[in-house]
Amino acid sequence: MSKEKQSPDNSRRRALKGLAGLPFVGGILIGAYAESRKRKLAKRNILEALNINATRPESTADMSGDPIRVGIIGFGGRGSHLVRLLGYATPSWFERMKEEENEGAIKAFQEQENLNVQLTGVCDVFDVYAEEAVAAFPGCKRYRNYEEMLESPDIDAVVIATPDHWHAPISIAALQANKHVYVEKPMTHNIGETYALQEAVRNSKAVFQVGHQHRQTQSFITARDIIKKKVLGHVSLVQTNTNRNDDNGAWQYDIHEKASPQTIDWDQFLGGAPKIPFNKEHFFRWRKWWAYGSGLSGDLMTHDYDRINCVLEMGMPKYVSASGGIYTHHDGREVPDVFQVAMEYPDFSVGTSRPKGIERGMTFLYSATLGNQFNRSTILMGHDGTMELGNTLTIYADPGSTRYASMIESNLIQPEIPIYSYNPEAEEVDAITSATAKYFADKGLLWTYRDGKRVDSALLHLKEWLGAIRHGTPVSCGIREGFEEAMTAHMGGLSWKIGRRIEWDAARQEIIALPGEDLDEILLSTRVGEYAMET
Amino acid sequence: MQYSKNQLFFLASLRILIGWHFLYEGLIKVFNPGWTSKAYLLSAEGPLSFFFKWLGGSALADAADIITIILLIGIGLALVLGAFEKLAAFAGIALLAMFYLSHPPIPGLENAGPAEGNYFLVNKNLIEMAALGVLAFFPSSHLVGLVYYFKKQDDETVGQHTAG
Repeated sequence: MSKEKQSPDNSRRRALKGLAGLPFVGGILIGAYAESRKRKLAKRNILEALNINATRPESTADMSGDPIRVGIIGFGGRGSHLVRLLGYATPSWFERMKEEENEGAIKAFQEQENLNVQLTGVCDVFDVYAEEAVAAFPGCKRYRNYEEMLESPDIDAVVIATPDHWHAPISIAALQANKHVYVEKPMTHNIGETYALQEAVRNSKAVFQVGHQHRQTQSFITARDIIKKKVLGHVSLVQTNTNRNDDNGAWQYDIHEKASPQTIDWDQFLGGAPKIPFNKEHFFRWRKWWAYGSGLSGDLMTHDYDRINCVLEMGMPKYVSASGGIYTHHDGREVPDVFQVAMEYPDFSVGTSRPKGIERGMTFLYSATLGNQFNRSTILMGHDGTMELGNTLTIYADPGSTRYASMIESNLIQPEIPIYSYNPEAEEVDAITSATAKYFADKGLLWTYRDGKRVDSALLHLKEWLGAIRHGTPVSCGIREGFEEAMTAHMGGLSWKIGRRIEWDAARQEIIALPGEDLDEILLSTRVGEYAMET
Repeated sequence: MQYSKNQLFFLASLRILIGWHFLYEGLIKVFNPGWTSKAYLLSAEGPLSFFFKWLGGSALADAADIITIILLIGIGLALVLGAFEKLAAFAGIALLAMFYLSHPPIPGLENAGPAEGNYFLVNKNLIEMAALGVLAFFPSSHLVGLVYYFKKQDDETVGQHTAG
């Protein structure tokens, strides 16, 4: 036996059986290395080709110095939210958050950046709201109307969160008094006041910002860079949507138990709107009536319009056609709850990868229903790629792309796998409290991320406005952007009411009216769909 | 432990194949410096998801990455080469149990991870765990593997007989 052990045969067997695993290890090592090298190369090639820059210069605006003295006009749902971002929360809000077990909201409030603002005034036609602010915030004085507030030397700037029909009149008066203005969207309620506000901004030294806070959202800033780098090629179709299916989303807000002609300054609420007797529903659910609100076009399409305008900078559409009706809420409302708008840009292009002159023009589609909340995402469709845009951003190469043809052929790019994906939310596990909140969050309208931390984008938008007041830096949603947003919305509303394609005269900067048509009268009218028959 | 030729062939094959699976997973992660288990941990579901989510969100996440890689490669090498196979088998069962529990195939869980098949309680992780249990109690590295190679010369005859 001992001889056998020494024989070459035996030691061969010993090596074969003993070291059988070694070649496997070598093979696996080579396989893993080759595979990961291939993946890395592919990723690098794609990223190099795309050259997307996702970083944003930090908003370094210095908030120190004397506090800016702000007055809030309209202390309802949106107004009280904006005031919280300025650093002022009422005790009743804390109670409500505790009741809803939303400790996260309280924590976020306590940790949010201090914008160094002093809330010195409140103006609300509903006594309960105004008195709550006065009781909660020391140094905050109640003004009976906005004129009184604007005359006060204690106010440097105003935040306007009133119903739509008050946006422009108060903004104009504030600018004339050289008070800085942050006004909620839509910027105006009719065409005439849009020009008047444009004029007022030009003639005022005060800073003017429209409250489209998503301009601060990181994914939109990244999207703008992607468009600039022509990653998508020629974008021929953009599709945005509103899908909501709950009372809050359909503007069926709660009616406050203390609402009465004694607690509400009804005449002041009406302002320039038709004089009608006191009506609680009109007061709290004003978005349902043309006299105070703007329907889906002014209320929600403006969000989508400005989201896309901030990315593409396409400006005013040449033609706007709208359709839809009241199909899901026959509850006395005047504004449609299912609404489609096609905006045509025959001369617009973000660039092309094909021979010059072939590609030009774009349609921007907006489609909305308040009777279903299936999430239809925002998509920008280009010859070379498709972008899906919300708080996250994903890009797919198009199988028919010219730009990526060789990369697709060499299997470096697979059209069904995103070539770029940006998701700052990936590490956030957070509760969103309502369907409407989720709707806004998915669209990137609620919050964004800075240094990996979640921040309310409206806080950054207010900060940008305050920075502009302190240091003269630019704002991202000023009168030009606001003018385009408001006019496009008005074209949508007009088209729906008249039943005709509405045309924009770019040279004269006006909506083309047919002889005898008073567009503002039509826009504010409660008569729907009768114009086409009359004219 | 004595086996017939066929028994040994399949036992040793099973050991090398499972080792291959572990080793390749570990090496891919080493060669891909961007890899992290965070997203996997944070997407955990089931009764123990709180633990995995906590782990993914804590400072221990980086350590978890390194430990996972070391375990995958260590277990893989031991099984492929044929050494410390019992220890490797138990370590493998423990690691797979973590994977299994973080994304258990329980009906009603929304995203128990992307699956290429359909699973009810039993998935491939669970089956691989059972296979590792077989390896732990039916060792083969004293017949094929480094244990055989380095074993004392006197034992050679035993090895030959059992292998033959």
